[in-house]
Amino acid sequence: MSITVETYPSLREAARAMRESTWYLGGGTLLMRGVNYGAQGFDRIVRTTDAAMREIHPEGGGIRLGAGVRMAQVMAHPDLAFLAPVARSVGGPAVRNMATVGGNLFARSPFGDFTTALLALDASVQMAEGPALPLESFLSGRDRQRGIVASVLVPRPSQGAFRFAKVTRTRPKGASVMCIAAHLPGGGRITNARVAFGAMGATPLRAKAAETALEGAGPDAGGIQRALDVCLQGLDPQDDAIASAWYRREVAPVHLRRLLLGEER
Amino acid sequence: MAKTPIRFTLNGAETGVFADPGASLLDVLRREAGDLSPKQGCQQGGCGACTVMIDGTTHLACLTLAETAEGARIDTAAGLAGGPDLHPLQKAFIEGFAAQCGFCTPGMLMAARALLESNPNPTRDQVAEAISGNLCRCTGYEPIINAILTAAAELRGRAA
Repeated sequence: MSITVETYPSLREAARAMRESTWYLGGGTLLMRGVNYGAQGFDRIVRTTDAAMREIHPEGGGIRLGAGVRMAQVMAHPDLAFLAPVARSVGGPAVRNMATVGGNLFARSPFGDFTTALLALDASVQMAEGPALPLESFLSGRDRQRGIVASVLVPRPSQGAFRFAKVTRTRPKGASVMCIAAHLPGGGRITNARVAFGAMGATPLRAKAAETALEGAGPDAGGIQRALDVCLQGLDPQDDAIASAWYRREVAPVHLRRLLLGEER
Repeated sequence: MAKTPIRFTLNGAETGVFADPGASLLDVLRREAGDLSPKQGCQQGGCGACTVMIDGTTHLACLTLAETAEGARIDTAAGLAGGPDLHPLQKAFIEGFAAQCGFCTPGMLMAARALLESNPNPTRDQVAEAISGNLCRCTGYEPIINAILTAAAELRGRAA
């Protein structure tokens, strides 16, 4: 297969160059894997050297991350301490120097841990053209998306309200059996909770029944029990080399309980 | 098929190659530039055997599109030794039996070098994290972690 590579100085020009059978190159960890394994269905690679793609800056009550921001940048940024443990859970150091925020949106299960955290934080996705999309809508139409992701806007969680856990078979690092991100505003009684699971479906998914069950609940074993009982609703885990769908279903409520109660893992 | 000219600095030497469109940096380093120290392992970012440094930070050469390295400073394990004088990491790997089959060793050395450049006095856990993207199927990792800690102490002694 013959591949052509086109490099554009601006995101706008790169976005205009996207068409059928074209892949966009971000950090390379997804695209080059496809190239190495002879992926079919594309013969053009488009990339941009636009510096804005790697910028991080505050915006309103949140932080805007350029789609080309690397996981290592997230870990090092003083305003992103709440996301640093999530970024650190992605790959080894070399992968984190390459893998981007935008690329993670397209990672296949069991990858996409960072996106799972963004989903629990009610992030929105800005494409190079068009209106911003809630991340959940973006993910549900992900495989039909055309164009290039420009940035992600992440609302800043209140102090201590965001939690993340990644369950792996090997330490210190491995692919996800699952990961869980939770945003639990409210201090005493939980209000407006967000709970998202990664590696429990084709894309990261919100556990909406659990979110509803947490409304007004106390952060204790009794308060969260109903959420544990219903947390699998809407999830669709798959068998893969890391774990079976059955195993994932069996252990999901256990890991959610530990996350919600802040128990030792 | 038209090839793309690419220039970079490889272990301090100005280097020019012609790359096939879509070729990885690993392909170019091994086939065009003749540096066989980065290894071709999994080709999907899981093993770390192709770890090199690009402009001072570790990258996986197999997942790097070659032409994105235009103008970059690339360092590989082949550039660690100064002539016959091995780098303290290399010495510690040999003396500590941290290499058996040796396939993972160049990637381990580059991951370790990147760690020690940013953190000269790492804890054992920090070393384990630093090599967490590098698979070794021979040693069980303990001799590798010990060797990196030994080299760190040696380098600190030199700096003092």
